[in-house]
Amino acid sequence: MEKKYYRSLEELTINPDQIQDHEMLGDKKSLLALEQEAKKNNEPNRRDFLKLFGFTVASAAVVASCEQPVRKAIPYLIQPEEIVPGKASYYASTFFDGTDYCSILVKVRDGRPIKIEGNKLSAITGGGTSARAQASVLNLYDNYRYTKPLVQGEEASWSEMDRQITDKLEAISAKGGKIVMLTPTIISPSTKAVIAAFSEKYPTTSHIQYDNVSASGIRKANEISFGEAFVPSYHFDKAKLIVSFDADFLGTWLSPVEFTRQYISNRKLHEGKTTMSRHIHLEGGMSLTGSNADKRIALKPSQQKAAIAQLYLALIQQSSQNGPVAEMPAIANELLDAKGTSLVVCNSNDHETQLIVNAINQLLGNYENTTNTQVHLKVRQGNDQVMAKLIDELNAGLVDGIILYDVNPVYDYPESDKVISGLQKASLKISMPVLREETSSYVDFVCPDHHFLESWNDFEVKTGHYTFAQPAIRPIFNTRSAQESLLKWAGKEKDFRLFIQEYWEKNLFPASGYLSFTAFWNEKIHDGIYDSGIIDPKPLVYIDTDIEGLVGKASVLTASDIDLDLYYNISVGNGKHANNPWLQELPDPITKICWDNYAAVSQKLADEYGLKDEDLITINQTGPYPVIIQPGQEHHTVSLALGYGREKSGKSSEGIGVNAYPLVKMEDGSRHLQTAGVVINKVAGNYRLARTQTHHSMEGREIVRDTTLQEYLVKPNSGNEVREEIKKHLKSIYPKKTYDGFHWGMAIDLNSCIGCNACIVACSAENNVPVVGKEQVLMAREMHWIRIDRYYKGDPDNPELIRQPVMCQHCDNAPCENVCPVAATTHSNEGINQMAYNRCIGTRYCNNNCPYKVRRFNFFDYTNADSFQGNLYDPAEMTVDLRKLVLNPDVTTRAKGVIEKCSFCIQRIQDTKLTAKIENRELVDGEVVTACAQACPSQAIVFGNLNDTESRVAKMFADERNYHVLEELHVLPSVGYLTKVKNTNV
Amino acid sequence: MYVSPIREPLIRGNKNYSQVTKDILSPMAGKPSKYWYMGIALAGAAALMGAWASYETVFNGIGTWGLNKTIGWAWDITNFVWWVGIGHAGTFISAILLLFRQKWRTSINRSAEAMTLIAIACAGFFPLIHMGRLLLGFFIFPYPNTRDLWVNFNSPLLWDVFAISTYFAVSLIFWYVGLIPDIGTVRDKATNKIRKAIYGFLSFGWTGSARHWSRHETISLVLAGLAAPLVLSVHTIVSFDFATSVIPGWHTTIFPPYFVSGAIFSGFAMVLTLLIVARKALHLEDYITVNHIESMNKIIILTGSIVGIAYLTEFFMAWYSGVEYETYAFFNRAFGPYAWAYWIMMTCNVITPQLFWFKKIRTSLVATFIISIFVNIGMWFERFVIVVTSLHRDYLPSSWTMYKPTLVEVGLYVGTLGLFFTLFLLFIRVFPVIAIAEVKSVLKSSGENQKHAHHE
Repeated sequence: MEKKYYRSLEELTINPDQIQDHEMLGDKKSLLALEQEAKKNNEPNRRDFLKLFGFTVASAAVVASCEQPVRKAIPYLIQPEEIVPGKASYYASTFFDGTDYCSILVKVRDGRPIKIEGNKLSAITGGGTSARAQASVLNLYDNYRYTKPLVQGEEASWSEMDRQITDKLEAISAKGGKIVMLTPTIISPSTKAVIAAFSEKYPTTSHIQYDNVSASGIRKANEISFGEAFVPSYHFDKAKLIVSFDADFLGTWLSPVEFTRQYISNRKLHEGKTTMSRHIHLEGGMSLTGSNADKRIALKPSQQKAAIAQLYLALIQQSSQNGPVAEMPAIANELLDAKGTSLVVCNSNDHETQLIVNAINQLLGNYENTTNTQVHLKVRQGNDQVMAKLIDELNAGLVDGIILYDVNPVYDYPESDKVISGLQKASLKISMPVLREETSSYVDFVCPDHHFLESWNDFEVKTGHYTFAQPAIRPIFNTRSAQESLLKWAGKEKDFRLFIQEYWEKNLFPASGYLSFTAFWNEKIHDGIYDSGIIDPKPLVYIDTDIEGLVGKASVLTASDIDLDLYYNISVGNGKHANNPWLQELPDPITKICWDNYAAVSQKLADEYGLKDEDLITINQTGPYPVIIQPGQEHHTVSLALGYGREKSGKSSEGIGVNAYPLVKMEDGSRHLQTAGVVINKVAGNYRLARTQTHHSMEGREIVRDTTLQEYLVKPNSGNEVREEIKKHLKSIYPKKTYDGFHWGMAIDLNSCIGCNACIVACSAENNVPVVGKEQVLMAREMHWIRIDRYYKGDPDNPELIRQPVMCQHCDNAPCENVCPVAATTHSNEGINQMAYNRCIGTRYCNNNCPYKVRRFNFFDYTNADSFQGNLYDPAEMTVDLRKLVLNPDVTTRAKGVIEKCSFCIQRIQDTKLTAKIENRELVDGEVVTACAQACPSQAIVFGNLNDTESRVAKMFADERNYHVLEELHVLPSVGYLTKVKNTNV
Repeated sequence: MYVSPIREPLIRGNKNYSQVTKDILSPMAGKPSKYWYMGIALAGAAALMGAWASYETVFNGIGTWGLNKTIGWAWDITNFVWWVGIGHAGTFISAILLLFRQKWRTSINRSAEAMTLIAIACAGFFPLIHMGRLLLGFFIFPYPNTRDLWVNFNSPLLWDVFAISTYFAVSLIFWYVGLIPDIGTVRDKATNKIRKAIYGFLSFGWTGSARHWSRHETISLVLAGLAAPLVLSVHTIVSFDFATSVIPGWHTTIFPPYFVSGAIFSGFAMVLTLLIVARKALHLEDYITVNHIESMNKIIILTGSIVGIAYLTEFFMAWYSGVEYETYAFFNRAFGPYAWAYWIMMTCNVITPQLFWFKKIRTSLVATFIISIFVNIGMWFERFVIVVTSLHRDYLPSSWTMYKPTLVEVGLYVGTLGLFFTLFLLFIRVFPVIAIAEVKSVLKSSGENQKHAHHE
């Protein structure tokens, strides 16, 4: 049958002939003819003129007054095959900043990287990330980056620069002058080959690795104990008992993301597990790791060595009563019970201390069980003594040329003056930085390197474990990969990607078992990972040394009044990435302070010196540093974070905090973060510290529920008994709301959450959460959608620290929803509490009525999304054009006066649902992952469908440890928490 | 109507109708005094400060205030509730006292009603200015739109919109209807043509015929009947903003009666503050006598005591309920970081009004004036205590914060005070501050000369 189109019902019912009549009017004239006739009759007259004139003027005025800036979106002329507008692509890559390592996926939208995700394929990090890895994408868009090569501070072309550098290098080489290549730890085999090629061309080159976070002590001790300077591979997952002497292995020590994953795998209790590891931590200040320990002992840094000696003596059943730690004999007994399944670690950079630790681990049979000498951890290869020697040589004028690749000794070398004076003596100084830094202002040639998201690279973080970096964006500025620069100067005109490929084809492909290199290469680049499985053929043999002598020496207690304990915090770390607003605004997991470093003191020391929070002190005549009183701080230890007080790095880091590197003690050419016997003085004045949490007690409320392993084994709901009582009283006259299809929920295992803050940065990146700056945090206006509450419990001298990630609880009976006068916040049919920003008029009633206080208000125009111009409030420069590239286009930026909050990453839910729909299948449990859950290195956060009884989240909800915060209010939260369990071993 | 001769006269001095008219119209005649100019200059300056603060708030954002992630309301809603409360006296006097045939209200109802209107205007300003996006504030009205968006009738804030606007409308009409005979008098007394024309227009052709009077009386009664429940409903609904929430210290069933009596309490205090000054400045001592003041003071004792009992009941319930959050909230009020505000409130609202049990104090103008100021302050702090100390430490201690107002917030409050006094000063120049016709209606039964006539 012929298809029939109709324009109206009339037309459908009336027969075509009649329609003909309709169109032909009067004396059979068509409509068109009539129109033309009317036109003819209507020659413009005065009235028409005035009408038109008036209309034109009015519309011109209107149009002119509402001028809109023209923004052009130009489509691709030729659509690249793999790019679908609005669809994200992911590229496997690697985050390695000289200290921290993370295998990652880079989320790229419309040609720009916008988010870092963990790479689940990695056997090392397993999809986990750290706060710094998450934040690294913002460094790509740092508006202070070097944008072009500079010769003596003046812009130059690469070719001009290459010519000048090559001339100088050749001149130096010709006269046999010394050239030094100063780099951080290089774990890239190809880069090492590049450096080798460079050294081949200029044979007087020596390559020195300089770590501002060094593991010199461990390497040196291992050289004595095993004949090889290396860092072993640790296995916290295999350790039933972990004794750590100030090694912050969950936060900053060696490979925290890997260690977190291992550590937590042995501490999760749901899914039928009934055992967990025990963790004893001895430290001066309160660290992230210490705060997670089952037993934490405050130990003065100057007594650490004696304490380790005491442990050694206790282990060999000798008198150990006189040591600094009263509990040591008990710890020794526990260790002896866990022979072969224990692990003793220590952060000391004193090789003698590390030798005793080695002896203890050897004694306990931990080598090849919980510590693997066949697989080396390749981070922190730097040798402090070599570096110290270099500085002396520089000052003695023995070095002619120095190439500084990604190092910043002017800032982070303790004796910065020596570095500066030494540099001035070298005739050729080249730096290859990524971000703006201090050292580059003392060099002749600044050859800016690509950001790692713009470059090719490879990494071997552990023996036989390789990962890659590949460009996720074309270089934004006129930068050049450092490797390419080196190759160029070595006279090898070569693309670094080709160089890596050739290197791999020659060195790694043959043993891979693949038939073609292309297949091998493509697959490995896609995964971002290659595990060759080739490790050292046999374990290294422990060589006995004179431990007794060392122990005897170590047991003599050094007398000191006040010790200084420098540390790296988990946000800015060693300070390299300090100019990152996300990291600066990240509250410290212990003190909850952001945008500053500070001297943490104990209550006792504060009393002695008449100090209170935010007073100022000097330490050895440096500073002044603001003080905070830290519960659990060793009585006579002052803790101070490194990585602050940058000088030439950009607005978000310059003058933020005080540089503490000058306080790093240089002894025998080694860097020591702990100094015994410092002098502190109170100075006049005070300094305000921005803290996101100012009340530290739970006030006896059942907010974070915890128990001990021993009680848990007897009664799985121990610590959570109150829930039974609450459930009895939860009655409503209204029928319980049910959800068809999905009912999204989130379960958080408090036992797994270590408080590393990766989720907070991930959430900020995913949801375009504004950075508000120190002044606003001081006003308690931080915008984070997820926060980690932490409370102290028990003895203020050595309290227990408990923490809880809190985001919108997506209550099914939400108090925020019924109070909004304009219905801007409503409940979805999938159980999500939604926020319609466009509808919000900003009464803040929802915020007041939220018992969890997770809603955030845009007090100012933080995002430049306001309808007024000229009222932008952006102290962290997050709205400059370059930084705006990091915004996630799936999430709208919020205007001034609007409430915002966690959305359960609704954009990810929708995206995954659509993908499933297109693929014509049902969603699989675990397919939707919120940004916080994705980032979590310990997989503490599980998201899923509560309607599916087989989903992981539903199973966790059914666990007897599960509870809801403030459940008694009958707000019916969709977020559940599993009680925290500590292994007290009593 | 018969009035016992032993009752104190409501109008002093041997007045006749003509004198009453002359006395009451005298503040409107001639040039204003220099005190009036000084007053309006000061009030106008304060209002200008409010204009600056409003600009700051709207242009730069609510961030110019001292609020934070935990405390979403502070001075804004405190001021709102305070002003609404002040508004209550006028309606209470003119409507409820009318229904109860309280003749003494005639001397004070006009100015009290004017005060009500101005106070509601000041009150209504705060819910507007407190919006993060004032320009989209119209979303709050249920207007038909193509996007099918509708307001949330579950929200007490929406109820407020209706309650306050209804209240304002009814109060305005009631006040104006009462004004019509007096405007007629003003028109008749006017010598200036323009003045005559304006008041002639405003008087709606009032002639004082028996029919006019009959209709006037009827409509007054009808409006009084309408306004009387509003006295109770408006603050009840305002209290729902808090009572229907889940925040400890807010979630309280006692709030409606407690708020209403508090409102009348504060309203009367403000009427006293204004009239004690006005009667002196405008030479109306014969009309607003110590008797009137004393009557109002008695209402203050009553409502003040109700408020006091409410405070104690809250405390009892906080303990008796056994809810730890509730217990803590009240403990925190009395002994937490904002205890000073709580004790100011307790002193001003519970203790000082009790002094009115002494006749000497109750009939002393100076003491009454001072205590009325105390009550004004106390009632402001009551709202501050409810709004801020409940919010600043609610359920999760991790989010507990402190609040400190900024200059902009102070400016907004000062601005509404300025607006209030500016409008009041204009009012006394434009309309008779005492209802002439109503006073005349009681002159025969409660005037001093009548009393003397009976005695003789």
